[in-house]
Amino acid sequence: MSTDTASRRQERIDRGIKVRTAGLYALMSWREVSYLVLPRLVLIVGMLGLPMMMPGMYWKRVISIVCIYALLALVFDFLAHFVGLVSLGGAFFVGTGGYLSALLNTKLGLAPLICVPAATLLGGALCTLLLLPCLPLRGVYFAIVTLMYPLFLARVIEALNILGGTDGIMGIDSFPNAWIEQYLVIVLALLIVFGLRRLVNTDFGLVLRAVKDNDQAVKASAMNITYYKALAVWIAASIGCLAGACLVHIYMWAGISTFALDFSVLPIAATVIGGSGTLVGPLLGCLILVPVSELLRDFGTLRIVFYSLILLGFIVFRSEGLMVFGQRKYHQFERWTSI
Amino acid sequence: MTGEPILQVRDVTKTFGGIIALNRVSFDVFEGEILGIIGPNGSGKTTIVNCITGFVKASSGHVLFRGKDITGQPPHKIADLGVTRTFQIMRPYYSLPAYKNLVIPLFSPRARRTGGWRGGGRLGDRNTVGIDILEEIGFERDSYVPYKVTSSLPTGYLKRLELARCLALKPELIICDEVFSGLSMSEIASMVPLIERLQMDGITLIMIEHRLRELFQVAHRVMVLDFGQKLVEGSAEEVMADPRVREAYFGSEKVEEVMTHA
Repeated sequence: MSTDTASRRQERIDRGIKVRTAGLYALMSWREVSYLVLPRLVLIVGMLGLPMMMPGMYWKRVISIVCIYALLALVFDFLAHFVGLVSLGGAFFVGTGGYLSALLNTKLGLAPLICVPAATLLGGALCTLLLLPCLPLRGVYFAIVTLMYPLFLARVIEALNILGGTDGIMGIDSFPNAWIEQYLVIVLALLIVFGLRRLVNTDFGLVLRAVKDNDQAVKASAMNITYYKALAVWIAASIGCLAGACLVHIYMWAGISTFALDFSVLPIAATVIGGSGTLVGPLLGCLILVPVSELLRDFGTLRIVFYSLILLGFIVFRSEGLMVFGQRKYHQFERWTSI
Repeated sequence: MTGEPILQVRDVTKTFGGIIALNRVSFDVFEGEILGIIGPNGSGKTTIVNCITGFVKASSGHVLFRGKDITGQPPHKIADLGVTRTFQIMRPYYSLPAYKNLVIPLFSPRARRTGGWRGGGRLGDRNTVGIDILEEIGFERDSYVPYKVTSSLPTGYLKRLELARCLALKPELIICDEVFSGLSMSEIASMVPLIERLQMDGITLIMIEHRLRELFQVAHRVMVLDFGQKLVEGSAEEVMADPRVREAYFGSEKVEEVMTHA
């Protein structure tokens, strides 16, 4: 072996440099075009085809839940990696969006397809407003406040017995038909993945990344960082509320459990597994974690033990996340050369 | 001094708990000049920069920019008026390529209004304008340096990047907090004409420095701070001749040595 490595060595080549540096070159050959398009196509076709591969109603529903969690994981990844705000607010956003959509539907009698966008906009604005006081601060405060609100709101609903109390709001309309119910969340998840990936590379997205990198320098650049943080939180909260609104119309019920901390914690685990900072990784992480958690239901109380072991395995052996690892392997290839 | 006072600092005091960092400091900066501020470590040089630019709030006293009171305004509002600063410990965006560092200030309302450095009221493509500014500040345009990730750049370029961020805002006043420190002699030698050129282009500069020889080359007037108080203000020769400065700043023998080198 030693004589072997003396005469040759392994070199690593970055395959994607040409395609990724100059846009026009990418159109010069089918190979380059397919190099760019293929991974995206696999994701889109795969996501759209997924419900058809599922054996029954139960697993089709699981796919919808995957997408709901994927939206929340995207929110976490966007805020943590591109704005520098660690958010534990999944439950806060889902609960707010869910209850708003439920109220608009049951009290005002609006159709679900109107309730969902309305709850998205209203919820996003409401959550941003409630989170505004901690935005000028740096550090752990945002995480604490986003964790505090869902607990607070759930207890308020329980104690005052408002908004249906512990029974929740029942009799919420479902989406007009099964196709819309199934594909709305899938299409939304895909649109938001690609939309956010585009957003973080615009000049506006660059400012958000700069706030994460060095907020003092952004202040010295004559920009109000609280304003940019608020805009980012508004985008994130809207996406989270959208997830919540879709959830209550799928379950036709909104209750205190929409404020459950699962919605805060699972997206973070999914982001870690999928690869943070890629915005596709979180989606991939949810595609693994949510079905695994369903499969483990047969184990009863041992479910959490197995679940934790799987998480631990990922953290020990692939701490960078699947997508970061996958992207590197896709863009680079190794070969032996003689010296 | 010729020209109007562009910045007036009036009795600014800053206390951190029981420590008096600045004690009733007053001075004027005139349009188009370069004012040097020197003083031993801990004499309050950076604190005065922070008080002017709003990064800390002065305990009492006033700062007037073009006659308008800017005391207590947030940093981004003060920067929006054209009062910009560099940081002694460089604060670039390490994860971005060098030229993308300038896209951020060029995205600000002030840059859109003014067009950035040499923009003349119209802002072009932010990436191109960013690279133009980097070229003017000493980045080799046709090399890969402007495109490198900022974390891989040496100190000399990072100090220039600090200045470039100010230029992107089309500043009226730049407060340089030790832009020469940590640089080699040849790097400083190439920075000095750059500073002179900025002054010639009509920018007023305040330079906080420990490198006295280079500072005295460019500064029109020098102010000395010691223990948060203003000791003297005047030309380099006047300041160096002052016995209080000798005692407080240099120690009595060192003065001759510095003066002969200057």
